[in-house]
Amino acid sequence: MSLPQFTFLAPTSLSEACALLEKHQGTIKIKAGGTDMIVRLSHRAVKPDYLMSIKKIPGLDTISYAPDTGLTIGALALLRAVETSPLILENAPMLARAAHATATVQIRNMGTVLGNVCNASPSADNIPTLVAMHAAIVASNGTTEREIPIDEFFLGPGRTSLQANEIAIAIKVPPLAPKSGVSYQKISPRSKVDIAAVNIGALLTLDENEQCQAVRISMGAVGPTPLRAKQAETYLTDRKISDETLAAAGRLAAEDASPISDVRASREYRKLMVEVLTTRALKEAYGFAKN
Amino acid sequence: MKKELITLNINGDDHEIAVYPWRTLNEVLRDQLHLTGTKLGCGTGDCGACTVLLDGQSVSSCLTLAVEAQGQKITTIEGLALEAAANKDLEKCELDPIQESFIAKGAIQCGFCTPGMIMSTKFLLDHTPKPTEAEIRAGLSGNLCRCTGYNKIVDAIADAAEKISPTK
Repeated sequence: MSLPQFTFLAPTSLSEACALLEKHQGTIKIKAGGTDMIVRLSHRAVKPDYLMSIKKIPGLDTISYAPDTGLTIGALALLRAVETSPLILENAPMLARAAHATATVQIRNMGTVLGNVCNASPSADNIPTLVAMHAAIVASNGTTEREIPIDEFFLGPGRTSLQANEIAIAIKVPPLAPKSGVSYQKISPRSKVDIAAVNIGALLTLDENEQCQAVRISMGAVGPTPLRAKQAETYLTDRKISDETLAAAGRLAAEDASPISDVRASREYRKLMVEVLTTRALKEAYGFAKN
Repeated sequence: MKKELITLNINGDDHEIAVYPWRTLNEVLRDQLHLTGTKLGCGTGDCGACTVLLDGQSVSSCLTLAVEAQGQKITTIEGLALEAAANKDLEKCELDPIQESFIAKGAIQCGFCTPGMIMSTKFLLDHTPKPTEAEIRAGLSGNLCRCTGYNKIVDAIADAAEKISPTK
């Protein structure tokens, strides 16, 4: 279907873009890669008077790493760039796995990681790993920047804590503590391309006795926002890692999940898969943490 | 609302056209420039029938705004043979080796998905000249075929890869 009519804006600076957001509040939508926004326009899920592309704003497509602050992924860094970036593959390979698991080759050549985050779909491929890894979203209003911890970013399906005059310009991922491992696990009806029926991101850090010092588990597609498996995290902390404790953590994660039944999977199946994928993610993260 | 005057470089030629900003690249290619080799399938970026290359990257033309394709090199199925000819420094090239392989291996049934399949193959082989079967299937996972002749398409891509980058 043809797109509804809109006035197209393509500012070339952040301050200009934020001024336009302020001026056209309530009647403007932002697009980066457009792979979600154009579909929503086409379906008339949104009908803005103004569509603002941020693709002409210079400097937003960079991926950088510093040992003290970690990774910074710019708002225009493509899924494909994150999937193949040597910096990501070396420092946070699970972010590359999650980017690779997103949609199709063509979509990954167009869409961005931060766009996937800001779209705030509960099933987004790139969110669980970022939540597990303590990411923060950098928001700019054109003059000042603030960092929003990812735990405070999602308010509901499609809703974030960005203010009306703010643009998410980057996502920051701090470096891992020593003896840490990360995993991303996903299940969907089709092995490729499909939206996740359940996805799990986990970060596990061991202490000197190889016990669990800290753990973060993020569950996707089982609630209105990405959910933390708090019971499982509390249970596992300071505990020895074994097949039994990881299986117990999986069962506790399923208790914290509140999925619905839809076209991709039933509520019951999702609960079972949370258990399986959480245990699998923790086991993989543990393997990385040990080495 | 006013049309914008834009220049699109398509298959090596500049086209100056007036477009509404809400027109997709797919609409402009097909309806304004009559380059109907690029198909429109789902219109939501799932099926891959509308795949074209922008600066060598495979993208869904149904999700690309025409105004944002300015300044990039657009390659459609109509331009593939021209490009092959230019690369080989030949005067004329009937078809790209990928197109030849699709025909030779019977990888075309109704043909609707074929342009998209071939453009995705072009992107795959440009980046992975010697793909494994798994890499071929993953590389083409964003292209759906209703006739479900996938095995022959995979054969054709393996054949094209061998033709373009022969095993020594």
